[in-house]
Amino acid sequence: MSVASAGKVAEASAKTTAARGRLGIPAVLVPVLSVCALVLLWQVVSATFFPPVLFPTPVMVGKALVGEVASGRLLKDSVVSLRRIFAGFVLGCTIGAGLGLLMGAVRLARRGLDPFIQFGRFVPSISLLSPALIWFGIGEGSKLFLITYTTTFIVLLNTLAAVLSVPRNKIRAAQSLGATRWQLFRLVMLPASLHGIFTGMRVGMGLSFTTVVAAEMIAADTGLGYLIINSRLWFQTDVVFVGIITLGTLGYLTDRIFQALIHRLAGRYAPTH
Amino acid sequence: MLKGLSLEIERGELFCLLGPSGCGKTTVLNLLAGFEQPAGGAIQVDGRPVTAPGVERTVVFQGDDSLYTWLTAVENVEFGLRLAGVAPERRRATAERYLDLVGLRGQGHKYPSQLSGGMKQRIQIARALVCESPILLMDEPFAALDAQTRSTLQDELIGIWQQTGRTVLFITHDIGESILLANRVGLMTAGPEARMKTIVPVDLARPRRRSDPAVGALYERLADMVSEEVRRAGALR
Repeated sequence: MSVASAGKVAEASAKTTAARGRLGIPAVLVPVLSVCALVLLWQVVSATFFPPVLFPTPVMVGKALVGEVASGRLLKDSVVSLRRIFAGFVLGCTIGAGLGLLMGAVRLARRGLDPFIQFGRFVPSISLLSPALIWFGIGEGSKLFLITYTTTFIVLLNTLAAVLSVPRNKIRAAQSLGATRWQLFRLVMLPASLHGIFTGMRVGMGLSFTTVVAAEMIAADTGLGYLIINSRLWFQTDVVFVGIITLGTLGYLTDRIFQALIHRLAGRYAPTH
Repeated sequence: MLKGLSLEIERGELFCLLGPSGCGKTTVLNLLAGFEQPAGGAIQVDGRPVTAPGVERTVVFQGDDSLYTWLTAVENVEFGLRLAGVAPERRRATAERYLDLVGLRGQGHKYPSQLSGGMKQRIQIARALVCESPILLMDEPFAALDAQTRSTLQDELIGIWQQTGRTVLFITHDIGESILLANRVGLMTAGPEARMKTIVPVDLARPRRRSDPAVGALYERLADMVSEEVRRAGALR
């Protein structure tokens, strides 16, 4: 009886700590409060020490945000950037995961492709902008190429690492149960690597945002990167910040959606589900 | 690692391979399973040479990383039947039967992460049994379990072995375990160049109890031989 109630007390207090933390602040409120604190600090610092054209206050940025939303420019540029990201992301994930699985499963492919991988992963995508512009022009082709390139590498490396780290006993168990090479790949190596592949895709998504903005800053007349660089030319620093905040928010939301999708559709493939 | 090691296991026998750690017990199992190839010498099952892993020699591994975490318990157990192309309903029914045999009735829908260490080893055993392979190779399957669970699983293994009539090679470094389980205990010398030191028949009635004086006497005898090997290995190093 006393043991049972002691257990209940422990459980109850554990729940309280998780929901409220040590200071008694509800857990969900902590990030909200920290964001509010940062905005407040931003307001004080920018209003006190800087002219608006160098560092606009959050209030000015908020007004600019309303303006950009009302004019429809922000939505248009966001959609353009997101479309570029998704096209390159999907293509890069497909190529990267495909090649990574091939390299993981076939030693000949691994040895043959390894020099290109080792070389290519030190070549930042943005350094390929010039040849991309020459080959694919200033339109969508060059952006698609660069984002695909970025995503391919990071997904490929993560996929390869995931396949190569499948525990040996998982493979041997299937072999001793009579698995053919194809069964071994499809029923053991692929499902055991899925989590690592998804992790690579999440990182690839982040890098895609970086790449698209860099490309749009140098060679584009639409997209969030263009919005930022163009607003800087006109000293619309508040709009620059609108672009930056939009990027961060879109990236965050995309990642959350992607994570939820993975959890929903492939939760059983997480190593510790 | 091994040199001049010679070993013959009878059909239907439960043979325990005992030896100081690092002497190459697992290497013997890997050779028999076909995971590794010998540099010289031959390995035969029923007179046929072993060159690759095969479904007539299934393996129970030490530790649980050989289980498929994305499959439920019953899906793990039926894995070998799935590989063989057995129809889903039939393989599910067979897998359920083997879950019963290892005492996991009603636990089939759980994932390995939801099961205790002892239950995971039971799933491994069921998975290895399901293909009706005549030979079961077990690599210290109970080494990582607590004493209570280990003792239970030892009893259950004897029951399963008697019920199914499989030939079992059981690797262990636990002298007591080998005496409780085996028809014969093969003791290996310490490496390098390990070989069989001696093979000791265990002619004791089952069920065996650790408290039985005959078990105790055999334990002393084997323990002396093992410590001799450990000392010799220490002197070599």
